[in-house]
Order: sequence, then C-alpha cells, then structure tokens
Amino acid sequence: MSTMTDTHAHDHDHHDHKPAGITRWLYTTNHKDIGSMYLWFSFIMFLVGGAMAMVIRAELYQPGLQIVDPNFFNQMTTVHGLVMVFGAVMPAFVGLANWMVPMMIGAPDMALPRMNNWSFWILPFAFAILISSLFMEGGGPNFGWTFYAPLSTTYSNDTTALFVFSVHIMGISSIMGAINVIVTIFNLRAPGMTFMKMPLFVWTWLITAFLLIAVMPVLAGTVTMVLTDKYFGTSFFDAAGGGDPVMFQHIFWFFGHPEVYIMILPAFGIVSAIIPTFARKPLFGYSSMVYATASIALLSFIVWAHHMFTTGMPLASELFFMYATMLISVPTGVKVFNWVATMWKGAMTFETPMLFAIAFVVLFTIGGLSGLMLAITPVDFQYHDTYFVVAHFHYVLVSGAIFSIMAGCYYWLPKWTGHMYDEKLGKTHFWCSLISVNVLFFPMHFVGLAGMPRRIPDYSLQFADFNQIISIGGFAFGLSQLIFLAVVIKCVKGGEKAPAKPWEGAEGLEWEVPSPAPYHTFSTPPEVK
Amino acid sequence: MKLTRSTGWAIPALLATGNVMATEMPLNMTQGVTDISQRTYDLHMTIFYICCVIAVVVFGMMFISILLHRKSRGVTPATFHESTTIEVIWTAIPFLILIGMAIPATAVLTEVEDNSNADVTVLVTGSQWKWHYKYHDYDLEYYSVLATPRAQYENYNGMFNGNSEIPQEKGENYLLEVDRPLVIPAGKKVKFLMTSDDVIHSWWVPEFAIKQDANPGFINEAWTKVDKPGIYRGKCTELCGKDHGFMPVVVIVKEQAEFDAWMNEQVAIAAKAKAEEQKLLSMQMDMSELMALGEKTYLASCAACHQPNGEGLQGVFPGLKGSPVALGDMRKHIDTVVNGVSGTAMQAYGKQLGLKELAAVITYERNAWGNNTGDAVQAKDVNAVMKGQ
Repeated sequence: MSTMTDTHAHDHDHHDHKPAGITRWLYTTNHKDIGSMYLWFSFIMFLVGGAMAMVIRAELYQPGLQIVDPNFFNQMTTVHGLVMVFGAVMPAFVGLANWMVPMMIGAPDMALPRMNNWSFWILPFAFAILISSLFMEGGGPNFGWTFYAPLSTTYSNDTTALFVFSVHIMGISSIMGAINVIVTIFNLRAPGMTFMKMPLFVWTWLITAFLLIAVMPVLAGTVTMVLTDKYFGTSFFDAAGGGDPVMFQHIFWFFGHPEVYIMILPAFGIVSAIIPTFARKPLFGYSSMVYATASIALLSFIVWAHHMFTTGMPLASELFFMYATMLISVPTGVKVFNWVATMWKGAMTFETPMLFAIAFVVLFTIGGLSGLMLAITPVDFQYHDTYFVVAHFHYVLVSGAIFSIMAGCYYWLPKWTGHMYDEKLGKTHFWCSLISVNVLFFPMHFVGLAGMPRRIPDYSLQFADFNQIISIGGFAFGLSQLIFLAVVIKCVKGGEKAPAKPWEGAEGLEWEVPSPAPYHTFSTPPEVK
Repeated sequence: MKLTRSTGWAIPALLATGNVMATEMPLNMTQGVTDISQRTYDLHMTIFYICCVIAVVVFGMMFISILLHRKSRGVTPATFHESTTIEVIWTAIPFLILIGMAIPATAVLTEVEDNSNADVTVLVTGSQWKWHYKYHDYDLEYYSVLATPRAQYENYNGMFNGNSEIPQEKGENYLLEVDRPLVIPAGKKVKFLMTSDDVIHSWWVPEFAIKQDANPGFINEAWTKVDKPGIYRGKCTELCGKDHGFMPVVVIVKEQAEFDAWMNEQVAIAAKAKAEEQKLLSMQMDMSELMALGEKTYLASCAACHQPNGEGLQGVFPGLKGSPVALGDMRKHIDTVVNGVSGTAMQAYGKQLGLKELAAVITYERNAWGNNTGDAVQAKDVNAVMKGQ
C-alpha cells in the first residue's frame, strides 16, 4: 500500500458522549465497544468450549469409562465443536473486523451501527440456550456438531428444538455481521482508498462476508429440515417417507465447506498484516494474495462432497470432488510462498505477534498438507472418521485460526488499550502454547493412522500410551491460555504507554490515530494517496 | 460436577491398570492383507513423501530467512514486493505435482469401485449397536455383538448406572471382540452390501482398506479379496449414538474347504434351532429358569439403552422400572419388544432373539427391579403375538 497522509489531528476524544455503566454496553452502537464485546464473548466461549475439551481428554486419558457416560461424552464432543466454531472462532473474527475494518479504511464506524449492536447481543442468548440444554432432561445435543440425520432427527433427544433454535440465532447474527462488513467496505472507504489499496485483512473479510451470506441460509435450511423431520412428520432425510439421509450430508457440507474457509480467510488477512510489519518489508505479491483468496472462496463451493467419500458416491463424483479439492492447494500454496517471500531478505524481529504469525504459517501448512492427503479419495477411505482427520482440522483451526487471532490480539492490543502488553508474559504464552498444541495434536496423526476412530469414549488398548500423551498436551494447552487472559487483563489495566505506531515497520491508517484509539476516529475521512 | 466427583476414583484406577499399556501401536497406516490395501498404503506413502519434500523446501527457506534476515544481525530490509514470473512459477509447479498425484489416485480408486463379478455376497446391516450378516448364497444370517463384558469397560466403581461390579482386567482384544464374527472364504471376491436399520453406521476393516457407510433405506457396495486366512478386526466409524464406540467388526477368513465345513455346520445348527422353536411352543418354563435366561438376555440386548437397573436414561431412553408397558397388558409388552416402536430407537427384537429368549426377557422385565407382576411369559405367548393371533 502506498503511503498515507492524515491531514487532521483527530482529537475528538474529549467530546465522547457515552452513557456510563451497563447501559453503555447494552445500547452502544460504537464499533470499538462492539468489537471489544465480541472479543470478550469469544474468549469466554473459548474457555467454555475448552473446558468441554478437557472433559473429553480426561475421559480418554486411559482406556475404560471412568468419568462420564458415553451419552454425556457425545454431548461434550458435540457442544465443544459448536461452541468453538460458532462461539469462539467466528465471533473473534467479527470482533477483530469491528475494531479494525473501519480504522483500516478510514471510516468513522460500521455502516449499520444499530444492526451491529443487535448482531452481537443476540449471540449470548443463542449460547445460553445451547448450553442450558446440557442441564435439561435428556441432555444437550449428542449427535456431533455435524448433526447427521437420522441420528439428529428420529433418534435424537428431546432438546433438539433448542439446538435448532440456537443455531438459527447464531446464523442470523453472522448474516447481519456479514452484511455490515460488506456495506461498510463498499461505502465508507476514505477518499483514495481504492479496492486494490485496501489492507489484506479488509479484503479477506470482504470475501468471507460474501461466503457467510451465501452459506448461512443453507445452514438455516438444514436445521429447519431437521426440526420438521423430528417434530412435524416430514421426511426430508427419512428413506421410509421418500427422503434420503445422504441428502442431509450434501446440504450440510455445502454450508460446511465454505464455513471452514470463513474460519481461515480472515486469519490469512491478519498474518498478511503482521509478517510485513515485523519483516520491515512490504507484503510480497499483494494482488496475487487477493486473487488467491478469491479463488479459494470460489473453489470452496465445489468441494463439499470430499467430506462424504464413504457415503457411496458414484466413481465420477468421487473423481470430480477429489480433483477439485486438490486444486485448492494451488492458491493456498501461493499464499504460503508469498509469506515466505515477504520474510526473505527482510529485517525481522520476533515480538509475540510475529511469533504467533510464524507458528501459524508453519502449523497451518502442516494442516494443509494433511488436507491434501485427505483429498486423495482411495486413501481417504482409510483416514476418514479417524483421529487423522481430528489432527488435520485442529491443526488448521487451533494452530491456524486461533493462533492468528492471538497474533492479531497481541498486534493490536497497544492500539486498543493504549498500553504495551507484557512482552515477557506474551512470549511465555507463545512458547507454552506452541509446545503444548503440538503435544496435543501431532500424536493424533499416528493414532488415526493406527486406526482409532473419532468420537469414541473408549478405545482398544494399543492406543492407550498415545492418548495419555495427547491428554497431557491438552491440559497444558488449556492452562496456557490462562496466561493469555493474564496478559490481556494486565495490558488493559496499565503498562508502558503505547505510541500511535508501536511497531517500527507497521503501515496502515490504524496506526495514524493515537493509542488508545479515541472513541470516535476518522469523523473526517483521511486522504489516502 | 461429574468431573470433580470422579477424579478421585480415576487416579487409583490408573495405577491399577498401568500394566495394560503393553500393546504396541503401529505408527503408520496398515499395509493390510489385500491387493487394494497394499496399493492404498503405497499411494499414502507416495503422497506423504511428496508432502515431506514440499514441507522441507518451504520450511527450509523460512528458517534460513529467520536465521539470516533478522534485524539483530544488522541487515537492511530489501524492498522487492512483486514478481509476476515468480507467481506464475509457484502456481504452475504445484499444479504439475498435483497431476502427478492424481494419476495413481485415479487408478487405485477405479479398481476399488469395481464391484462386479463377486463370488460370495454378504448383506451387512448396522443397527444400534451391532452388526447383522446375511449370506446371499447360503441360508444363514446372524447378529454380531460386542463380546467384551461390561465389567471390563465400565470403570465408574458404581458411581453411574447403578453398576457396582468390580472392574475386570481388560483382555487382549478389548473392545475388538464379538460373539459371532463374519466368516468369509480366502481367495474369493467377496461383495458386501451395506445398509442400516436405524441411523448411519460405517463398516471398517483397516486390513482390507474397506470403509463404507451403512445408510438406512439405501444399499452401498464394497468388495474385498483376502488371500491370507486369519482374524481381522475393525470398528464402526460413523457416530451412531451412545454406544458407537462399542460395535466392533471382526472378520475371520478361512480356506475354502474350512469355510465350506463351517458353513454346513452353521446352516445345520440354524435349521435345528428352527425345529426346536416349534417344540418350545408346547413347553412350559418355570419362573426361575425364565428369570435367569431373561437377565442374561436383558444385559446383552436391552441394557445398553434401558440400563442394567431398568431406569433408562432420563429424556433419552425410557426406564422400564415401574413403566406402564412393563406393568400393563402383557400382549402390548410382547408387541413392543417383538415389533419395536417405529419412529423411536426401540428396535424390533422379533428377528434378533429366539422365542425362548424373548419370553424370558419379557418375563424378566415384568418381574425385576420391583416390577412384581408375577407374570411368566411363555414361548407360545410370544409366538401368538408374532403370528397376530
């Protein structure tokens, strides 16, 4: 991006009109307040979903059923997945978008601030409904986060309606968030901020928002069909009434595959902001990064059935979905090569955001390579529904998406709070997370190849040693995240005063406003040259 | 709450079971025992090695950069940030690598999907939580159920489900053993037709490289040809409800002559059992005999859902203790067990259990856990309901 000049000093902060106390947060239409609420909410959900993962890992610590019964175990795997996908990763990215997109494009706020307020405030209710169902008679959803019919229809427990309702609310929230991002980016860019000058985080979020609008209604349709099949006598997924249970999987994964890119494209944007900053060198191949992101998004619509190779598809479909899936590694590879080329011949320093960003590139690539292995249909017959798959998607989601969110938080914390975070504590958090996340997920590759299916509460004896190691890694990773909480709280409360641009190599409009960013920024749009 | 209450039990249990860790786990995919499984393994290794090379190149460049191009070495950053040539090169090379991967993958896949010209056909039906095998070319069908006793895997020390049994030492084939394995002949192309009675299951034997979903209302195909006789073990791999982790697959491969002998014997046993059933109709079993057999049958077939103590799981599986079905009209009770309840997880046991077992288990349900109806159900009562009399 070109250099940007800011003609005005934005010193409107002493004119802030915000109500005090709880009403400030309830009624707020300010993108920074809403962004903070999204981020705190997603962190709470991260801990809640993490606690469920701890229950899973405790039960799997040794063979035999020790702690929970299989029915509750299934509820834990299901709700862990739902909470992490819809409660932790997605809202965290929306929170980052709320904070950063207006500041990056020189807009005073999101384009639709009241809708912004609403799209956040319905989320806590959605998760209250979902999580409360765990305490009701019959327990919470126990059919996996993918809720395959007829396990989720004819054979599910009585609280399925609550699950459906909560997913609807999450979907509405996501769609409203996506509309807001698109309208903001299309209409509120500062003069001179052309599309091809936008930071990549803005670009990746714009594409993500289109994916959200395309597929969240599909998810809504799926859960509605589950609802009517279970309670109103329809037979969408019941062969006895002319339906087809495999059709459920087609519809679900038509949502589900773009959904996984929804959870990774903004991560690409964050890493593309951080690596150039700490390499002190502009991003290599900016326009190819934009095109690669768009290609990944388009391809995501024609690969869904690679989740379903064992459902009995005809050979021609299996070949089509195998080839299409393999193709995705081309634009994804381009991104990784561009990041490495950005580092090449730079002058790197390794503050916490950079450490997380580098770990992201390495570990996401490992997840991408195991994804390529999974794309090969005949071999997928052996990998499918084993721990190899669990290892794959946790590499891209935890050490991918979540590491990028951590990186983004460390990167922008000085801008949000006005204080530098504790670098030593941040690095401790990084190294603890990096080691434990690999102790947690790397052995899962071996366990899966050796034949351990996923979603089982108990296993045969040869898997015992590895599961013990995995569980220890899991507990360590869970505890490491409390360090992050400590860093954030410490940084919010005080610390070294942060300058407007705390990172030597940083570029972009967000660094032209003071730290902490005043309540209102860019009330007068800056001029971008 | 569940976690904290029981960790106190888990720790001593861990020490006690320390010696079960003896079994070695292979670190890689099995090469299996069929041509397909070997080719699948070879393909897996090829792709894996290619991925390793890519990883070494990419991470190598990155770590060189991290070592050399750091500010602490006093370097000045370069300013280059664009090169169409380089972008084209690193788009084209991966594309060519992918074509190299796709060719062998297509060849193996085409062969895997060739279900024609089978010598033997077996219909595999999944249900919660057991497998049913029916030979198309012989008059033989049976259920295959987990053989590991509950006392080996329920280690709650009586905290849940009212199970107060002392945990047993876990056996060698813990959770990988069944009462009646599937038996197939060696050296023959065996075709499996997969379907399900309730939810989706998936039948997997790693050594054959077969994993095929069993979808209710639809039939899927898979095949194998195993040359080496032996016992091969696998599992259900599609989440199918509470006891998904407890429905293993065991296949015994026998030489043709041995297979034929086994088959003749099994067909004879099945025919004899059918004849015995007729005799049962005029037989009167006494209460203690019914209750003993009933308890055994109940624990094997009913306790997974209704629980050993008859209390069920609240909101998921109804309890039988004091329930209107178990205390009410006997014919209604027999009908429920024999024909199941459509639209629920209650299966039809008429085809799964013999008349004697059905009579016994219904008697047990009507008299256990304080359900003291005093009813003794006989084989002929069950038969009457089955025949619609």
